[in-house]
Amino acid sequence: MAVQPAAPTAIPGAFSGTALRADFPVFERLTGTGRRLVFLDAAASALKPKVVIDAISDTYSHHYANVHRGIYELSEDATGRFEAARRKVAAFLGAPSEREIVFVRNATEAINLVAYSWGRANVGKGDRIITTQLEHHANIVPWQQLAAETGATLEYVAITDDGRLDMDDLAAKLEGRPKLLAVAQVSNALGTINPIAEIVEMAHRAGALVLVDAAQSAPHMPIDIKALGCDFLAISGHKMLGPSGIGALWGRRELLDAMPPFMTGGSMIIRVTLDGAEWNEVPAKFEAGTPAIAEAIGLGAAIDYLTALGMDNVREHERFLFEAAWKALGEIPGVRRFGPDDPEIHAGVISFVLDEAHPHDVATIFDHEGVAVRAGHHCAQPVMLRYDIPATTRASFYVYNDLDDVEALVGAVRATQKLFGPVAS
Amino acid sequence: MDNLYRDFILEHYRSPHNKGVLDPHDLHFADSNPTCGDEMSMTLRLDEPKAHITDVAFDGRGCAISQASASILTDELRGKSLDEVRAMDPKQVLDDLGVPIGPARLKCALLSYKVLQGAVSGGEVSWPAEAEAVV
Repeated sequence: MAVQPAAPTAIPGAFSGTALRADFPVFERLTGTGRRLVFLDAAASALKPKVVIDAISDTYSHHYANVHRGIYELSEDATGRFEAARRKVAAFLGAPSEREIVFVRNATEAINLVAYSWGRANVGKGDRIITTQLEHHANIVPWQQLAAETGATLEYVAITDDGRLDMDDLAAKLEGRPKLLAVAQVSNALGTINPIAEIVEMAHRAGALVLVDAAQSAPHMPIDIKALGCDFLAISGHKMLGPSGIGALWGRRELLDAMPPFMTGGSMIIRVTLDGAEWNEVPAKFEAGTPAIAEAIGLGAAIDYLTALGMDNVREHERFLFEAAWKALGEIPGVRRFGPDDPEIHAGVISFVLDEAHPHDVATIFDHEGVAVRAGHHCAQPVMLRYDIPATTRASFYVYNDLDDVEALVGAVRATQKLFGPVAS
Repeated sequence: MDNLYRDFILEHYRSPHNKGVLDPHDLHFADSNPTCGDEMSMTLRLDEPKAHITDVAFDGRGCAISQASASILTDELRGKSLDEVRAMDPKQVLDDLGVPIGPARLKCALLSYKVLQGAVSGGEVSWPAEAEAVV
């Protein structure tokens, strides 16, 4: 009998996903059924490397005081580390200046900040806001609220059968000088990578500002705000190996300068009298109250970790995993995959449904197999409506995933089909 | 796993009892599971003077747990008075499923109960405490 060479379990590239697992303490934990953890839910939230956990612990242990306040060494130390984190975010995103980086809780808060502050000051009755059918609810509902309060209209760019933005529909919707286009760089539900630079150029020609929801792209590919040309960009720390409770809004300085505050209180003022207050400069104007200090520093550590890996390498790693998983799932009868075929425009997120089993049941059976995936509408119900499905199962990859995880994914699909059958294969 | 997806659960999923829409009907209510977006509706017919259930049907797409739960629950309802239905214990619905339901799936198992209570109460009711996972 010929000896079959063992299938490779690690992908070639600048780093090994399997080896990186040693950096993530959660992999020391086995699942309830005694298996190794196969974590395929980075799109919901990423696991944390020890360097991030240590940065938070070290902040509270040795460097903690309130920032921008105390005239004492410890506060100056904390402030220095907090502001260094802001510089790291600016450099990571290719922002022209760290003063354009506003720390917020997450991308949702960043988008709400723009909708409330810029929106209420610049959008009125009869104005138009454009978003897309591909968006996360965080990039839909704030604009629905803005439209409802101001009498503006909100329009949605359609998506194609394979989950791309319909560029003809985008061009049509951009006519008539809409005020703003709000669009994701990567769809969290389908994995589609949108051509942001091209979209921004079209929108600017049409006279619209562009907000980019980069919550799903910044963790997984190089971002260069200067090259994208957009006006606002939102990220969430927890999706990029950082802690929850910290995210950032980048905005053009002149736009941020002209915008009224979002939340008011301490830190964001220069002077308060009984008659009123004067606003501090950006970004302080938008950072009312004590910020998430250790979380910001933790995000800085996550950025250091990702930068050391190299964001081009991260993207390459995930492209390889996507291609392997997309192909393997495509070969199984009864599996329907969503999103574009082309790996150039499909990030490491695969949404799929099985003919015989509901996504919720799929996720439960996967869980039993030690495979953590998301099932549901992924906070993108308009996408589900577009394809007339209630939900999908979604597997999403990150730096700690490898070919053994793709193998586990395929095995879990087969286990589900075995239980729920009958699917001819 | 074989504990949760026992054959009779899968049987109810593949061939649910009382599936469809009763037309005409006396009571109708639809509700959804916020975690997955699954929607379920229920239609009921009552006797005169509208005190007892004579027929019931449920409709909607959903997972094996929610469909089996609705199939089993609706089987129990014919002949019951509306007061009896309102007094039903959600724990009974979980017991009738006869399989261990993990915290993440409690709402799947109790969606049919919530839709039924909405139908007999004339409007949406809160999730029962049993649906809130306490791990």
